[in-house]
Amino acid sequence: MINYSIVGPKAQKLNVIQKIGLIISGLGVSIILLTWAGMTVTQKSLWLTVTILSLIIGIIIYTYGTYKHKSAGVKNDGVFFRSLTNRGVMGWIVAVVLTVFYVFLYWYPEHLGLGTNGQPNTGLVGLFDPLSLLLKGQVASQWFVYGTIYTILILSLGIKFLVKYRHNRYHFIRTLVVICSQLILAYLLPEILEGFSNPDHYFAKDLKYFWPLNYYFFDNWHLENMTEHGGALGMFYFIWGMFMFLVLTPLLTYWVGKRWYCSWVCGCGGLAETAGDSFRHLSNKKLWVWKLERWIIHIIMVLVFIMTIATLYGYFTEKSTFLGLDIYTVFKQPYGFLIGAMFSGVVGVGFYPILGNRVWCRFGCPLAGYMGIIQRFKSRFRITTNGGQCISCGNCSTYCEQGIDVRAYAQKGKNVVRASCVGCGVCATVCPRGVLKLENGPEENRFGSDDVIVLGNDGFKVKE
Amino acid sequence: MEKIVIIGNGISGVTCARHIRKNSNKEILIISGETEYFFSRTALMYVFMGHMRFEDIKPYEDWFWKKNKIDLMFDFVEAIDTDTNTLTLKSGQTVNYDKLVLAVGSKPNKFGWKGQDLKGVTGLYAYQDLQEIERYADNTNNAVIVGGGLIGVEFAEMMLSRGISVTFLVRESKFWGNVLPEEDAKLIANHIKSHHVNLKFNTELDEIIDDGQGKVKGVKTNTGEIIDCEIVGLTAGVSPNITFIKSSKIEVDRGVKVNRYFETNIKGVYAIGDCAQLDENINGRRSIEQVWYTGRIMGETLAQTICGNPLKYNPGPWFNSAKFFDIEYQTYGWVSANPNPNEKRFYWKHSDSLKAMHFVWDKHTDEFIGVNTFGIRLRHELFDKWLKEKASISTVMSNLNIANFDPELFKHYEVDIIQQFNHKTGKNIVLSHKKWWQKLIQF
Repeated sequence: MINYSIVGPKAQKLNVIQKIGLIISGLGVSIILLTWAGMTVTQKSLWLTVTILSLIIGIIIYTYGTYKHKSAGVKNDGVFFRSLTNRGVMGWIVAVVLTVFYVFLYWYPEHLGLGTNGQPNTGLVGLFDPLSLLLKGQVASQWFVYGTIYTILILSLGIKFLVKYRHNRYHFIRTLVVICSQLILAYLLPEILEGFSNPDHYFAKDLKYFWPLNYYFFDNWHLENMTEHGGALGMFYFIWGMFMFLVLTPLLTYWVGKRWYCSWVCGCGGLAETAGDSFRHLSNKKLWVWKLERWIIHIIMVLVFIMTIATLYGYFTEKSTFLGLDIYTVFKQPYGFLIGAMFSGVVGVGFYPILGNRVWCRFGCPLAGYMGIIQRFKSRFRITTNGGQCISCGNCSTYCEQGIDVRAYAQKGKNVVRASCVGCGVCATVCPRGVLKLENGPEENRFGSDDVIVLGNDGFKVKE
Repeated sequence: MEKIVIIGNGISGVTCARHIRKNSNKEILIISGETEYFFSRTALMYVFMGHMRFEDIKPYEDWFWKKNKIDLMFDFVEAIDTDTNTLTLKSGQTVNYDKLVLAVGSKPNKFGWKGQDLKGVTGLYAYQDLQEIERYADNTNNAVIVGGGLIGVEFAEMMLSRGISVTFLVRESKFWGNVLPEEDAKLIANHIKSHHVNLKFNTELDEIIDDGQGKVKGVKTNTGEIIDCEIVGLTAGVSPNITFIKSSKIEVDRGVKVNRYFETNIKGVYAIGDCAQLDENINGRRSIEQVWYTGRIMGETLAQTICGNPLKYNPGPWFNSAKFFDIEYQTYGWVSANPNPNEKRFYWKHSDSLKAMHFVWDKHTDEFIGVNTFGIRLRHELFDKWLKEKASISTVMSNLNIANFDPELFKHYEVDIIQQFNHKTGKNIVLSHKKWWQKLIQF
């Protein structure tokens, strides 16, 4: 028998419900693409409602079609056969579109329809005017459009994640928290507060977005907007930001690991865990990449420290140079461009389908770097290996979005204590033999056994 | 420098090589005709199902071997001459050794069925088996699996992941009947059926039918039923892969005969892993144990002997694990299929039929003997400790919450289990309130 089909039976066969879901969400995507291309709609409220609802409802219907016939359990069949999730044509198309979108967002917002010089918004930004007016009484900016789409993706693909991992209460609760954090703390609350604030004196109002992830926190304008123009709210955010960085972050990271932030509340992490879930296996696990990772993330951490010191020096001394170098052009501008925009946005999300969903979190995020050092050297968190039960299958390593070679620890019977672990818990989920468990406990014995021999061999005990 | 040659790059051979390297500077050569590099045999199914690529199931990166000075040779050994310490390879090359380790694994059992060597008839053991399945999978609508055990379930799961319907022939009247107690076997059988597998008990393979071109087109069962299929999975156990050893002076029975130092009848020749047959019974273990963990323990132990620290094989309490579709299974100690006269047993099952536990203890001494757990993970370290200490069933039950290894935020069932246990046994167990780490510190 000869198989004449072009795609082959390994390709994903969509059922009717999945197709309906794709058509409906495709409507929303089409409106976004068309308005991005310059189409300006007249009945904005109507079309915006259609866009948002079709995205959310379409994805939910697709999810239902995908999982309704399947029992609750690990659902990774065909991940490495599909074009979207195995760097095929679909993966590359999505990567290119996302990357181009980020380039427009950061550097050419007028091509997304942002009205400049007092002109009204058109195109994509214009489409979102009604919602922006509703929430804060101002017309939309490209950042409002971005924030809204971002939140919709976390919400709808978060629901998909909830269904996919419905057998696992850790993921269920964690993902509910991630969705609510984004929807309420990062989106609704800041946007509504924005309406009550002076638009000329913007400051970041996401309670969980603090220095050094928020690299402009200590910029002159931002400090002034909080402390001089922001009133009681501004002062609150200033004190809260300092408190988060200096007190709460080290404390919580000591107590439960950096996961309290990275995979429970963070916005970047939220997108990675939900929209990025389909790409988590694309992270590279090779040893040389781990070495590279440690260099890059810690260099960026040092850079943000230097940049901030220079900025604060300028703020207090009211000078424009630091050590004879211009603070804006030498310190702030390059960091904002290279790290803040290029790395966290363009590469961090645009390259999801190519490099995996945690590129920014793994290689770039200075806050992750800071918490990582605490997690590695002074924390109660570890991933415990269950004695000698590991069969070296590699599911844990493959599905680690942070590219940790979990298997290398598990097969030796050692606990996983790594700076980069964001505690998503997927390694423990995909393990077919119940070998891994994320947990908090006393620091002593945190690394597990020092024995060369894994549990099960009573012949001898040798210390390494 | 002494030259150690290891035949076979599975878990036992590779573990042995790694530990020889940790403890010595001896020359090490691993010869395998299966694959160039070590891979996790237990993960082959995930490659077929698209969960991983083949490179993902290699536990070490390719540079690892050179860095650790472990030489690899991709070739088959065809003859062993123990008089001259020479191996003859398929390529015609010869290799000399000072010490030889046979870690040659197994091959799937074939019981002389008519048509058992047809195309599309395969076990699930070697890399080549996966290639064979892959070759025919795209044009397969139905598969028949023969033999009710762990590998059969994995085979079924693989087939279903590609939309191939599965008929599963089991000779016994229950699933994995020589290992699982009645209740456990039933739980798993029901779960398998819930995944739309056509599970046929008390059914044996009679013959495999040729399509006239040397490829399978169906099977005939002992009840005379004919089932059309394009793939036949033979998963009725495995046997030591010793055909090529039989012509040598190394003594073989069902496997290569060894003592507790893994020494064969020939000095300087050892056998470990699936292919080794021990000449004495250790704590009720079988003389041939084809289990990943056993292979690893044997490799660790033999490396000590080879490096001048002669050591008897002394595996700890028995443990094993598997996954049947969505249900994870772990076992610690002995839970035999049929209760022994000195045993008492307690079986707990959750109403969703996805979680169960089966406890065994001595009815005279109360000594804990073993546990089977389904859908709930348990801590190996604690059970290993309890089994060695000959802890009582009361100790185990009252610390069940500490022994739980399920992910955080999962529902716990210990209260319900203890309640039913007390009700059934008349005991009065109270769950300990200590944290797991408080217990661990008490070592």
